[in-house]
Amino acid sequence: MAKIKSFAELKKIKEDVESKVALREQGENIENLVNVRVAMATCGIASGAREVMNYMVDECAAQGIDNVVVTQTGCMGYCYAEPTIEVTLPGQDGVVFGHVDNDKAKEIIGAYIKNGTLVDGIIPQTHKTIE
Amino acid sequence: MSNYKIQMLVCGGTGCKSAEADEIVTNLEKAIQKHKMGDDVQVVTTGCFGFCEKGPVVKILPDNTFYVQVVPADAEELVAEHIVKGRKVERLLYTNPDTKEIISDSKDMDFYKKQMRIALRNCGIVDPDAIDDYIARDGYQAVGKAITEMTPQEVVKVIKDSGLRGRGGGGFPTGLKWQFAAGYEADQKYVICNADEGDPGAFMDRSILEGDPHSVIEAMAICGYAIGATKGQVYIRAEYPLAIKRLEKAIDDAREYGLLGADIMGTGFEFDIELTYGAGAFVCGEETALIHSMEGERGEPTTKPPFPAEAGYWGKPTNVNNVETFANIPAILIKGPEWYRAIGTEKSAGTKVFALAGKINNVGLIEVPMGTTLREVIYDIGGGIKDGKKFKAVQTGGPSGGCLTEKDLDTPIDFDNLIAAGSMMGSGGMIVMDEDSCMPAIAKFYLEFTVEESCGKCTPCRIGTKRLHELLELICEGKGEKKHLTELKRLSRTIKDTSLCGLGQTAPNPILSTMEAFPEEYEAHIIDKKCPAGECQSLLSYHIIEDKCIGCTACARVCPVNCISGEVKKLHVIDQSACIKCGACYDKCKFDAIEKR
Repeated sequence: MAKIKSFAELKKIKEDVESKVALREQGENIENLVNVRVAMATCGIASGAREVMNYMVDECAAQGIDNVVVTQTGCMGYCYAEPTIEVTLPGQDGVVFGHVDNDKAKEIIGAYIKNGTLVDGIIPQTHKTIE
Repeated sequence: MSNYKIQMLVCGGTGCKSAEADEIVTNLEKAIQKHKMGDDVQVVTTGCFGFCEKGPVVKILPDNTFYVQVVPADAEELVAEHIVKGRKVERLLYTNPDTKEIISDSKDMDFYKKQMRIALRNCGIVDPDAIDDYIARDGYQAVGKAITEMTPQEVVKVIKDSGLRGRGGGGFPTGLKWQFAAGYEADQKYVICNADEGDPGAFMDRSILEGDPHSVIEAMAICGYAIGATKGQVYIRAEYPLAIKRLEKAIDDAREYGLLGADIMGTGFEFDIELTYGAGAFVCGEETALIHSMEGERGEPTTKPPFPAEAGYWGKPTNVNNVETFANIPAILIKGPEWYRAIGTEKSAGTKVFALAGKINNVGLIEVPMGTTLREVIYDIGGGIKDGKKFKAVQTGGPSGGCLTEKDLDTPIDFDNLIAAGSMMGSGGMIVMDEDSCMPAIAKFYLEFTVEESCGKCTPCRIGTKRLHELLELICEGKGEKKHLTELKRLSRTIKDTSLCGLGQTAPNPILSTMEAFPEEYEAHIIDKKCPAGECQSLLSYHIIEDKCIGCTACARVCPVNCISGEVKKLHVIDQSACIKCGACYDKCKFDAIEKR
């Protein structure tokens, strides 16, 4: 570890390490955040869900969107439309999008996550999650 | 930087560690490797979550799922189900004992709902061994702000304006203490952190040091800047090995980052910290005794003045604060004194950490705003009394405090209200007692402690507490006489008035407060020779109830002195002259046919 030589340097280090605890701070506040759940069962992963998940995390960071939590989940049952993701805006019901590739993910971030505008590719929900 | 999408936080406090938390971490890591999730999932050991009753605790983020009573063998299932398949493992979730509802998010648990965490803000969130975790949570920003943007006088003013009072028990305004120490000129001054936590059942300071050691280090540096000291000492009990280990690691890391040592952040400000181990003498929590112990002298108090602020460690101006007091400081400096002052009550600002222990459902560590009522703490957060029994009293303030009863349940907790109610805040131990707790026996327990811990320097404390203890022993054995009650009271007052330090001055409090609140229990012991709570063995006798005994012979077989006689399927009888009152028959009987009288 190099010595911290000024207050500005400490602030710089904080910015660098902030992401380490970001997940934990999100956890404290999860109901006020946008939740993105990526279906990551075998079919999802085979169709590229992991790449989409990584893309969403990186893209949100790149655009400076800090109110999105991306988590993985199991099979949602829409195997014909993998990769599928479910986006839940605070206080609203989740919306499931199918056939999500990087381009679609970008569209979802730009339209639905940022502005609440729905985009094509919504799968009518046939399931209800019991919490 | 880290691309982990999921973090599994495992409690690494002493309680959970002794319940195999380390093995849980190892097994979780193995399971994650097995499922090839090493790039996505990180396991982090943190400080105490506070919910010790249900430990070990594993919390999964970002979805904030709170698993309780996890054992190492559960690791594989947690990873395979929750992480890989995204399904919660219901059997390990917390169940609300009243509604039987399964709760997965800790924020929805009654235990956490009424809490507000300032001193414990990082406990259960950061890895105590990772300085970067602390920095990411605004760590060392407060000391940076102080030494680059504020004068020492301004720092003192902020602490004064915040209304923070000493959390070690005395409740003295912290800012004022800093101001005194700052006011004396000297070639060397000292900052001492009092981590000599000694009240029975109290573990607030240990948990803070184990869970968030950097907050204390940062606060000590701030104090050093404010009063003009370059040296800090932590006086910590040698019985706290984990806290010592984590504190040492934290000090080393801070030094390596240049956050301790010479020329901190290029400002020319110098500050460093060393540890001194205490041997666990209760009186060393008193600041003058603590200083003598650090100097290698006997841990005995001396009269004040001079106060340590004028002539403390090696005769130099010294500021002594408790661990929890320090843990509040960085937050106050960052968020401002108005923010802090707005929390709590008018005369007791902020929050207080309590260690809940005794006959309560949720044993653990909690932090609530001052002004929260005892009822909220015991019933809402603590989950009420164990086994559905009746609440009798709660002891606060340790051996210096007193018992609070049913009538005090709705008193808002703060320094002044507790004193008015006949107890005191103390360092934050809360021992809850139910209908089976005998009050003279409780008073005797605390007196045993003070007799043991009296340093022996002044006569009232050394001999007086011993005499008090003898009187209580007589009463509990059924040999008490009416005049003993007057003697207890008179002697108690004399000891209070004439002892040298706080230990002796407060030692009679458990007696006086229980005599005040439960006079009938003392009288029952003395006049009727009975212990209403059924705790004092000498005053008990066991009897078999004729209607209930079916003659199963279980009691006769378990009796170690063979004093129970009777034939199969016929009434059994206890020979009172031979009975040693061990209670074995009482525990064994399945038909509730044995009663204590």
